[in-house]
Amino acid sequence: MRYAMAIDTKKCVGCSDCVVSCQTENDVPIGYCRDWVVEVTDGTYPQLEIEIRSERCNQCDNSPCVRCCPTGASHYAEGGIVLVTPNKCIGCGACITSCPYDARYAHPDGYVDKCTFCIHRIKKGLEPACVAACPTKCMYFGDLDDPNSKVSEVLKKRKWKTLIPEAGTEPQLYFLI
Amino acid sequence: MTSRRDFIRISGLGMGGLAVGASGFGIVNNLSTSPPKGSELRIDPTRTPTYCEICFWKCAGWVYKNEEGKIWKVIGNDDDQHSNGRFCPRGTGGPGMYYDEDRLKTPLIRTEERGKQVFRKASWDEAFDHIAGKLKEIAEVHGPECVALLTHGSGGEYFSTLLKGFGSGSIAAPSYAQCRGPREVAYHMTFGEGVGSPERTDIRDTDCLVLIGSHLGENMHNGQVQEMSDAIDKGASIITVDPRYSIAASKSKYWLPIKPATDLALLLAWIHVIIYEERYDREYVEKYTYGFDQLKEHVRNMTPEWAYGITTLAPDLIRKSAKEMADAAPAVIIHPGRHVTWYGDDTQRSRAMAILNALLGSWGRRGGFYNPETVEIPSWPHPPYPTPQRTWKDAYPDKYNLAFETLASGICDATIPELSEACNFKGWIVNGTNLLKTIPDSRKVIEAIQNLDLLVVVDTMPMAITGWADVVLPECTYLERYDTIRDSPHRKPAIALRMPAAEPMYDSKPAYWMAKELSKRLGLKDYFSWNSIEEMLDWQFKQVGTSLEEMKRIGVKTFERSYDDLYFQQGEDVEFYTNTGKIELYSTSLAAEGFDPLPVYTPHEEPPEGFYRLNYGRAPAHTFGRTANNALLKDIMEENTVWINPKVAGIWGIENGQYVYLENQDGVRSSFPIRARVTERIRWDSVYMVHGFGHTNKLLSRAYGKGASDSELITKVHVDPIMGGTGMRGNFVTFKFEPAKTEAES
Ligand code: SF4
Ligand code: SF4
Ligand code: SF4
Repeated sequence: MRYAMAIDTKKCVGCSDCVVSCQTENDVPIGYCRDWVVEVTDGTYPQLEIEIRSERCNQCDNSPCVRCCPTGASHYAEGGIVLVTPNKCIGCGACITSCPYDARYAHPDGYVDKCTFCIHRIKKGLEPACVAACPTKCMYFGDLDDPNSKVSEVLKKRKWKTLIPEAGTEPQLYFLI
Repeated sequence: MTSRRDFIRISGLGMGGLAVGASGFGIVNNLSTSPPKGSELRIDPTRTPTYCEICFWKCAGWVYKNEEGKIWKVIGNDDDQHSNGRFCPRGTGGPGMYYDEDRLKTPLIRTEERGKQVFRKASWDEAFDHIAGKLKEIAEVHGPECVALLTHGSGGEYFSTLLKGFGSGSIAAPSYAQCRGPREVAYHMTFGEGVGSPERTDIRDTDCLVLIGSHLGENMHNGQVQEMSDAIDKGASIITVDPRYSIAASKSKYWLPIKPATDLALLLAWIHVIIYEERYDREYVEKYTYGFDQLKEHVRNMTPEWAYGITTLAPDLIRKSAKEMADAAPAVIIHPGRHVTWYGDDTQRSRAMAILNALLGSWGRRGGFYNPETVEIPSWPHPPYPTPQRTWKDAYPDKYNLAFETLASGICDATIPELSEACNFKGWIVNGTNLLKTIPDSRKVIEAIQNLDLLVVVDTMPMAITGWADVVLPECTYLERYDTIRDSPHRKPAIALRMPAAEPMYDSKPAYWMAKELSKRLGLKDYFSWNSIEEMLDWQFKQVGTSLEEMKRIGVKTFERSYDDLYFQQGEDVEFYTNTGKIELYSTSLAAEGFDPLPVYTPHEEPPEGFYRLNYGRAPAHTFGRTANNALLKDIMEENTVWINPKVAGIWGIENGQYVYLENQDGVRSSFPIRARVTERIRWDSVYMVHGFGHTNKLLSRAYGKGASDSELITKVHVDPIMGGTGMRGNFVTFKFEPAKTEAES
């Protein structure tokens, strides 16, 4: 099993509902976030293009954050999801520095936190909160090992890219372009 | 083609470390107002139905509580046509409104002069006695019709009943004269029916969506944004007309970067192309419309070449985009927009859009405009309302005969004695609308307020308007109350229930309770003869075949349509509610009132040297100024920016991210500085900012002083002579680098 997410930059409007829904679902403290939205504009008026991306932890297959964690708090869980066990985390912040995507933050309660793909929801057969909330339905979640999952299907049909592939982290967040 | 790259993190302010664009938005703001914590795994959280009150879209959803029984999150109801189970960020952020510690907590009575914001806490009894005493005094001396209700919220219904019983008919929502009024009048003049809310646009099934200044996606009119995304999925094309490269423009096949204030010329040129290239729906036009020959003659010379000189849009682009929409017809939508009070000829611009829809045969067609249906819910029985002696309309004897809703700005003007003798308002009840920001030219609103004997403000939050109130009544949020049944029109008739998910915090109360309590003191209790709100709602639900009990379980009930008339049948005879019974390309009503029966382009004033047209719009995480203090939404966007083209920024030496002040043509300078967003996404002749920031009430701890207020800079208002809409896009601003001198200094 390999959980992954594909996000359609052609449909995303940058509304940040993914961010707010994550914040309420996971009690992310005010002032922090597990996901965020980036908008990139290219060109000069009126020859312009915009790409909008809802970003979060890439649940990398080859994660520097897991590798560098001295206590084993950062680990791979079911479906390749990278998790942090709060009571094992000493808050050293090595993982924050090692992540090329800046996907982690130091939670005010003294541990490092990040996107969990809402594993507590997946276990109940629900989609991650951001995927379920997105008004444009531009996010697809599922198991890459299942060729019929939504995410496998859409990756077959559409052109996509990953972020900073050259870092060798084998990210599992796919952006449809 | 990359010549500059503008990288900006539009949300997720708190993340440290990452370079967040050139403007450095990465401020960590650690506030203590996060919703209460729950554990990782939540077992069967209890849920209660609601419909969202954060904007007028009224999405139905579920409020979930955590195991401590506290409000945790709000999620869309899958059976709801407004939300399809998905809320927008504002609705998702609803708990932030409930937990806002800056909320109005007790009734307040003013103790110092107006505007000084000095109040004393009062009991509900004291507040009601005070209000009732004043209302009776006004009724005795001036007549009950001199009290007006200005409302923008569900609670307004109850105050409306109270006021009608009291003997006043002057009940206004600023959403008419300050927003969608011109569009409603234009569609009535053309099709005999308005567009309504939610709009009857069949975006889901369209092949071509044409947006004239509408920034869907930035304005999160939830159902429409969802359907736009569905349409993109199905390969529909989008045409966007906007001087700014909006998010919708970035998803468009054709973006027409029009010179601001010239839209009507483009629309007339499109009409010209569609008629003279014979691209209109001949059968539909012949069967259903009136005045085609006059229209054809009228636009004879309005060629794309003519429009080029006005709009700066290449004739070829005008032709190609006209062809694109005609090829899609009748599954095409020239979107009527929503906030359309721009230049004062807005009814005429909306008419041109309506005419274009008629020529393409999209009204009443799949992928164009559908025919919505509503559940008719009877009111709780009450005595007949007395007929008011006068209404707001008497202040304008020969004007605005085509306005069929009350003008909030009209009430405001008629409160100032010099402007009107006929019906001078002496009392206002203001519910859920921050009038100082919604009606342009706040100086005039303040002047009106100074002439009142009573100003009651009912709100959940301290806003600019609450500072001017005589009595402030703290309303509980939508998450803590029952409200009127939602019965908005849609493809299928449907109703939704809002019920409290929690007891009201502090000493806040629901509007129905306030209105009923006041009715007792005013001898009007027969208008509120129900014993409890549950009794009334249950009775109403039973009239339409459900019950409060069932609605508590399902939240939304959708009924089958009574007729199979979502669209016109092929060749069906249709009678339209216009004078001629036809779709009026040539408007007989406008002609009778002495207005142009066919839209005419008139040039608008241009910005003077060194000034730029002030355009404003919405951001997806905020509704007007209502949400600026919401901790969850402030986290997404905590201040607005002024968008400036790099060339213009270069002239002024303005750096991206630098704070500047804006000053308008009348010398009004913004109260607070605003950050510059130097971006290629805006034309050089205009600037853009998101509405709803620059709050002046210090009691809003998170929103006070953040960003600048566009409303404050809109002091020149171009009134639509047809229906009294207040055109707000004829204001020009320049840049200043210091705050305005205060009176003491100058
Ligand atoms: S909720 Fe969906 S549309 Fe909105 S920003 Fe996130 S991914 Fe984009
Ligand atoms: S994105 Fe960062 S935090 Fe997430 S798995 Fe990869 S390296 Fe680790
Ligand atoms: S569109 Fe958003 S704010 Fe408006 S009612 Fe729906 S969820 Fe609420």
